[in-house]
Amino acid sequence: MDLKWNEFIITGDPLILGAQISILLGSIAVVAALTYFKKWTWLWKEWLTSVDHKKLGIMYILSALLMLFRGGIDGLMIRTQLAKPGMEFLDPQHYNEVFSTHGVIMILFMAMPFLIGLINYVVPLQIGARDVAFPYLNNLSFWTFFVGMALFNISFIIGGSPDAGWTAYTPLATNEFSPGPGQNYYLLAIQIAGIGTLMTGINFFVTILKMRTKGMTLMKMSMFTWTTLITMLIIIFAFPVLTVALALQTFDRLFGSVIFTLQGDGNPMLWVNLFWVWGHPEVYIVILPAFGIFSEIISTFARKQLFAYKAMVVSIVTISVLSFLVWVHHFFTMGNSAEANSFFSITTMAISIPTGVKIFNWLFTMYRGRITFTTPMLWALAFIPNFVIGGVTGVMLAMAAADYQYHNTYFLVSHFHYVLISGTVFACFAGLIYWYPKMFGHKLNEKIGKWAFWIFIIGFNVCFFPQYFLGLDGMPRRISTYTEADGWTGLNFISTIGAFMMGLAFLIFVVNIVYSWRFSPREKTGDAWGLGRNLEWATSSSIPPHYNFAVLPEVTGLDPYWDMKEKGLDQQKNVDYKPIHMPNNAATPIIMSVIMGAAAFGLVFHWYWIGIIGGIGIFITMIARSFDYNDGYYVSVEEIKETEAKANK
Amino acid sequence: MSQQTKKGHFPWKHIIGFLISIALTLVAFATALWTDWSSSTIFIIILIFAVIQAALQLVMFMHMTEGEDGGLISGNTLFGFFIAVVIIVGTYWLMTSGHMHMGM
Ligand code: HEM
Ligand SMILES: [Cu+2]
Repeated sequence: MDLKWNEFIITGDPLILGAQISILLGSIAVVAALTYFKKWTWLWKEWLTSVDHKKLGIMYILSALLMLFRGGIDGLMIRTQLAKPGMEFLDPQHYNEVFSTHGVIMILFMAMPFLIGLINYVVPLQIGARDVAFPYLNNLSFWTFFVGMALFNISFIIGGSPDAGWTAYTPLATNEFSPGPGQNYYLLAIQIAGIGTLMTGINFFVTILKMRTKGMTLMKMSMFTWTTLITMLIIIFAFPVLTVALALQTFDRLFGSVIFTLQGDGNPMLWVNLFWVWGHPEVYIVILPAFGIFSEIISTFARKQLFAYKAMVVSIVTISVLSFLVWVHHFFTMGNSAEANSFFSITTMAISIPTGVKIFNWLFTMYRGRITFTTPMLWALAFIPNFVIGGVTGVMLAMAAADYQYHNTYFLVSHFHYVLISGTVFACFAGLIYWYPKMFGHKLNEKIGKWAFWIFIIGFNVCFFPQYFLGLDGMPRRISTYTEADGWTGLNFISTIGAFMMGLAFLIFVVNIVYSWRFSPREKTGDAWGLGRNLEWATSSSIPPHYNFAVLPEVTGLDPYWDMKEKGLDQQKNVDYKPIHMPNNAATPIIMSVIMGAAAFGLVFHWYWIGIIGGIGIFITMIARSFDYNDGYYVSVEEIKETEAKANK
Repeated sequence: MSQQTKKGHFPWKHIIGFLISIALTLVAFATALWTDWSSSTIFIIILIFAVIQAALQLVMFMHMTEGEDGGLISGNTLFGFFIAVVIIVGTYWLMTSGHMHMGM
């Protein structure tokens, strides 16, 4: 690709210039601070090369919050442009880029890492393990995700962003209609991050199956662990489809094959099909862990065991199968046969049954419970009615004939924001607040947290509820502007107000993090809320020691920690410690991932020599890894004694 | 797990598996060589025999169903197989029916 400098670095747009300057200044500030406080070795040893699932979890969550900010800014730009008819805030090209990156970032670089971060932190603790099955792989997963994310994010300052939507439908996304590097960024960045997700899938699937502590049979696992297990199963079977589809489109764009093109024998509809073969399971990948988080929080703060645990397990297992049988509902209007549309209409409605079952599980769990209205519980309570609105409109969309009316209007946009925000995003907030004392040793301030909560849910409804009516009034998605005569002005303006309320709530949330870090009292025990039910609360100190449990807990039933408390047992105390075997840090994953990122960056611009050198580099790091005979170290009994004594003071 | 690993025990399972495998191969071979069915029919028949044989080998020789994880491994394999079939058959169905096939 022959690019001039002024095409390589994006110039001429004041918004982008602002971003470029602030990114530059930000990076300089970070590097300067690290150097000044002499924190480089600390960063490298304690974090970047760490294989500790807890630290990786925190790094995932930090990245996700950063992406929530970036994706949120994109969202606010979209809403600003649509606030009034004929706005000239973003030109159509820029608008296309913004909504495309908004979608990709929110789903792949915000929702996924946020949930994977919480899973990383919590699941090994909940199953009473000291780490995951493949700690090295876990670090590699994080770095491939991070590099994919970084690569995707630099697109808007170097070369130009993808602009064909987060769905990247062909033929729009082919070279013919989307020339330039933008779409290449999409393909390569998601490819790299997707490999990381696939490895996470395998890692946690094996971890949950093989590393559970003594006595924890499958039917004694916490609900969050169950939903994680099923999510990982779906990841293992869904992500390879994405990998292949992305690779095929990459061949089309880089090497001139004609798989999804209009020329030759290409079939653009095949991309749409493959995208949703992955895409629908993907929406369940981001909702199932959320269901798990709400289950934990609801049963904790209602002080009751989850109602009908078995029905819950059956319904998530059913979802794992059904989620692979519904993908066509995303393209009913593409001209399938009536039989095909009817079939997928019915499967789609079927999948709402197990989902409905769960709603009743949660309601009955709370029924006659003594509920404590903490902020995580508020988020969980708000989730139920809002998610029902999203689900009901989903069933409306599921009727193929009716969908010809709703498809690609704001009705659809509202549907998926209702399920994704009140499902996934609420769960991420709720889970982060709930497990915050586990991660950082203090709670987030409840008062500020409640402000953020109320502003967010009101803003959320003000933003998205009107969009159902905009959709019914015929406003299509992905249009960059409209006219007064369309009659959509009022509702759009209201919607924009709601969006800014959510933005404000996010800021309050961030302020709360800083405020609580300064002023919140430090937790003294492992059971910060005093109501913990599962093993993550059974650790000897508020923040678990790096080996998690000095002695692995033994489990006899559901809600094991609740049980121990009732029986007055403390399994961590007064026992003979034995040396604990732990894995070593690993430096190859970050190096390998950075090389991958560099190689992909070369390919984005068709600089094949960079790609080839990078490929060789990746191979060399793999060889280096194969000759790495380092198999961990032992934590001595003295160190355990010392750590535990400190914790139990 | 117990019977076959013990020494001196006659490996019936392997012998039977071996014989069935040979039989399946011969039948597939015969179908391809000595029938005058259309090539797509022959293709489908061979495919079916191949799948049966693959399953047979996994179970009889590779002990997929045995051991503490036997159920799990078999279950996952079947699930994977099911998903693969759904994706392939579903995609083929969609791409060859409705208005879509007109573009192809
Ligand atoms: C009650 C269960 C659900 C049903 C029946 C349902 C049904 C549907 C249907 C039929 C569509 C396609 C509509 C169209 O394009 O015209 C759709 C789109 C979508 N749904 Fe759902 N859905 C459900 C739950 C969920 C959940 C739980 C999520 C994610 C958390 C989700 C996320 C999405 C997304 C992201 C899209 C649109 C993506 C796009 O076109 O950009 N849905 N849903
Ligand atoms: Cu779907």
